[in-house]
Parts: sequence; structure tokens; C-alpha cells
Amino acid sequence: MKKLASTLPNMILSLGIITIASGALLGWVYSITKEPIALQAAAQQQAAIAEVAPAFDNNPEADKWETEINGVPFTVYPAYDDGKLVGAAVKGSSMNGFAGEITVMCGFEADGTVKDYRVLQQAETPGLGTKMEPWFRDPAGARSVIGKNPASTSFFVTKDSGGEIDGITAATISSRAFLETMRNAYEAYRNYEKNKSN
Amino acid sequence: MLTYISIIITAIFINNIVFSQFLGICPFLGVSKKTSSALGMGAAVTFVITIATVVAWLLQTYVLNPLGLQFLQTIVFILVIAFLVQLLEIVMKKTVPSLYQALGVFLPLITTNCAVLGVAILVIQKGYNLMEALTYGISTSIGFTLALWIFAGIREQLELMPLPRAMKGVPIALICAGILAMAFMGFSGIKIG
Amino acid sequence: MKRYWNIFYNGIIPSNPVFVLLLGMCATLGTTSSAYNGLMMGIATAAVLICSNVVISLIKSLVPDKVRIPAFIVIIASFVTILQLAVNAWLPALNASLGIFIPLIVVNCILLGRAEAFASKNSLFASFLDGAGCGIGFTFALVLLGGTREILGTGKIFGLTIFPEDYGMLLFVLAPGAFLALGYLIAIVNKIRKTC
Repeated sequence: MKKLASTLPNMILSLGIITIASGALLGWVYSITKEPIALQAAAQQQAAIAEVAPAFDNNPEADKWETEINGVPFTVYPAYDDGKLVGAAVKGSSMNGFAGEITVMCGFEADGTVKDYRVLQQAETPGLGTKMEPWFRDPAGARSVIGKNPASTSFFVTKDSGGEIDGITAATISSRAFLETMRNAYEAYRNYEKNKSN
Repeated sequence: MLTYISIIITAIFINNIVFSQFLGICPFLGVSKKTSSALGMGAAVTFVITIATVVAWLLQTYVLNPLGLQFLQTIVFILVIAFLVQLLEIVMKKTVPSLYQALGVFLPLITTNCAVLGVAILVIQKGYNLMEALTYGISTSIGFTLALWIFAGIREQLELMPLPRAMKGVPIALICAGILAMAFMGFSGIKIG
Repeated sequence: MKRYWNIFYNGIIPSNPVFVLLLGMCATLGTTSSAYNGLMMGIATAAVLICSNVVISLIKSLVPDKVRIPAFIVIIASFVTILQLAVNAWLPALNASLGIFIPLIVVNCILLGRAEAFASKNSLFASFLDGAGCGIGFTFALVLLGGTREILGTGKIFGLTIFPEDYGMLLFVLAPGAFLALGYLIAIVNKIRKTC
């Protein structure tokens, strides 16, 4: 087949057809992927809540309660079992990471003891600050925050005066930001309890 | 005000586009043999990034978002950039031929410079407003020009060095870039405000 | 047959996009903090490259010369967007680790380069092979670089521990290590090519 000559109508026609065809194709792909994409986002959130909060029989996302701690928004997803508050998953973030925002889903039992956590988003230095996901559940030394209660344990790095949690080696700033999020999440959970009993 | 200072310092030094984000590496390696051409390329990129970022931001906010067409972002942005580069070339040729003489050769290379598209997309991802986007665009390009300029200075000296044959050219350039990147890492962790 | 094999093989070793042609450097440096990330980026790029090569070769005679570049860009950008949507829908973890480099496949010089230099002049099957060859060559280079950085930096390869992490040189996972590792790999490839 001979190549089309570069006349104006030819150029406009050919570009037009290509653009329309790709537009149509993209619209079609978008329509099939739209649902899975929405589901993925929701599923991730749900999975994180289910993993960190105590076993519940309500829908924590439907019962969510939003608050602000030191100017940062925190969301409490309360966990109820048989109508009784058994704990909560609290999503919150800190802007004081080494490289921007750190978002953590923190799980608390009814009395505020840390049950588990998931780091949802961070951009810390690979190999240093990024260790926070395994580090703060490691039973070695005083690293783990799991099973500790911010009311009785000081959630600061041992480097800082009075701190009782070992920070990540060579990533103190990331550790501080993580613990700050934990403390604020605990605060948010307590606020929720107070708000509830009123 | 502090937000803007923070954006400027972060974009130029802490998250330098070349040394820590790995964008715009092709022109960085290609046009960094002489300091004069490095500055020319830097100026052309600054020009295009600034305009492209603002146009892309306006399109995203006033066309793609209201219509729910965010998924067309990539295709729209790259066409806008290609179109802008062409337009700039024509306008410059007609109105400021002296500037065109200086920057003209670099313009066609810019369409496929991933720094331009990268900055346009990053600005949307970071959720900046128009002024912040403009500041980010300009400071990123200053960071790019700075990297290119320092590097060209080093490469001019490298030309005179006796090196093993396999190391000549790009390999030694990359290794020098690595050492420069290490120097730039010293800026990380700086907090503004 | 021999001709087709040569087209395919050419992109893998003799003109490897990364080590020999030095194309697509941004993605090469930016996504190779581990062998797995390198592999995934390589596969993603290869998929777009094969699709765009095939389509461009199919419609080459319908595109007037003067508008061929914008036409190619539209085609490439469409495939990249499809890839983006698919990754978002089915592999969200990948989206998190490759981040902005997925949309940036559009400006990877390899794609436009192959479209212009090969697909716009050759038959469908040859273009397919060319895309596959270059894609595999790119993936190979990324896995090699990613693997080198991962093993030097963390003592692991594809997540498997080879030596304890504490002995790793973290620098290789960070930004400067990308430049250093690639610089040395290209020098080694140069050395091998010159001796044989």
C-alpha cells in the first residue's frame, strides 16, 4: 500500500481517526477497570482495619468518627462486639517523617493497649526509615509497641528523655514520626471514648 | 510564605530532580559536555517546564476533574507538552530570533524529556494550588539547570583525564553523577518551618 | 528465518537499549532498587513496546509523514494509560512501588525510537519481534541492575537472603548507588564488547 501524502485533509483525517480510536479504546478499558479500582481501594482499607483491630461484628467504616489531634485529621474506626466497644482502628498521619508524610493504621484494644499496626504510606529512606513496618513489632529489646499501652509506657524513642521505645537504628526522625502518630492515634481513640460516653 | 520557601529549597536541593528523582537523565547525560550548552538546555527546559506545568494544572483542574476524565491525564499532558514545544519553537523563531538561535536546537529534545511530564504529573499528585505549582515548576527547573551545569563543569575536566578505555564517556559520567548524588544526599532531612 | 532471529536477538544483546544504546535511563535508574521492581518495570515497558510496535506497523501507510510523531505519541500514550488502569485495578502494590515511572513510560526514548526507526518501516511480524527483543533486552538490563543493587545493598536477591543484611552497603539501594552501579555495569559491558 502506498503511503498517504502529507496533504492537510489527509493529516487531519488520519490524526483525527487515531485520536478518536484511542479515545474510544481508553473509554472502554476505563469502564471495565473502574469497578476493580474502586474495590481495591476499599478492600485495602477494610483489610487493614480487620488486621489491626480486635475481632468485631459491626461495620467500623460505617461507624467511623473523625477528629483532629494537634491539627492533623485522625479517623477512628470503632470495633464493637455484641454492642460492646472492644477497641478501634485509628488511621492518622504525621508530617514529620524524614521524607514527608507517614500514614499508619493503629489498632487499639478497649483499654488503649496497642494491638497491631500497619504502615499504609511512607516515603522514608529505603533500608532505614522503611524498616518501621517490621521494627516496631520486633520483640528484641524495647522495639515493639505491641501489647504496650501509651497510658503507662512513654511512646517516645529511648534517645529522647523518658522515652521507652527503641528507635530504628540510623532512622531516629522516622521513628519519632511513627511514635508521634501512635500517640496521637491513642489520643484520638480516648477522645472517641469520651465523646461516646457523653 | 514558608510553604513557598520550603517548596523552593526542597525542589532545588533536597529532592533534586536529577539526583534523587531520576528524571531528565537523558538530556543530563546528552547535553552536559560543555557548560555553555548545559546552560542553554537548562534555560530551554526552565521555559518549557514552567509553561507546561501551569497549562497542565489548569487543564487538570478545569477540564479533566470536572468531567471525571482523570484517566486521560497521561495522554492529554504529553500532547500538551508536544504542542507547547512546537508552538514555542514557531513563536520564538518569529519574535525573538536571537533567543531561538541560542535555545532552538534544544527544543525538539524537550518533548521526550521526562522531567517535563514528570513535573506536570507530580504537581497534580502533590495537590498543589496554582501558585505552588508555578513555584514548584520553576524551582525544579532551577534544580535541573544547577545539576546540569555542575556536571558539565566536571565533564569538561574529565575529557582531559587519562582513563581506561571501557570507562570513557558514559560510565565515568555516571560514576561522577553518583558521587554528586551522594553530595546532594547531604541535604536530605533538612526541615523548613 | 535467520533474518527474523537476528531482528529478535539484536535488541537483546548487540544493541541492548540500556547498556549499548543508553536509552530509557530515567526508568532504568529510578525503578531498580530491587530485582523484582526492575523485572516488573521491564515487563511493563516491554508490553507497551510490543503493542505500540504492532499497531504502528499496522497503520504505517495510513499516517502521513508530517504528522507521524504526534500519531505515534498518541498511540504510545494510549497503551500506557491502559497499562496504568490495569495496574491500578489488579496490581495496586506495583503501582505503589513504581509510582510515577508508569506514566513516564510514554517519554521513554526506547518506545518512540523503535516506532520511528523500525515499526514505521517494517512488517507486522518483524515489528512484533523487534518489540519483543528490545523489551526483553530492557527487562534483562533492569533485572541485572536491580539485582546488583539489591545484593550489594541488602544482601538479598528477589527477596532471598544471600548474606546478612547488616553487611550490605545501603548506599546501593539509595539514589547514588543507582548511578554508580549502572556506570560500572556499562564499563564492564564495554570491556567485554571490545575484547570479543
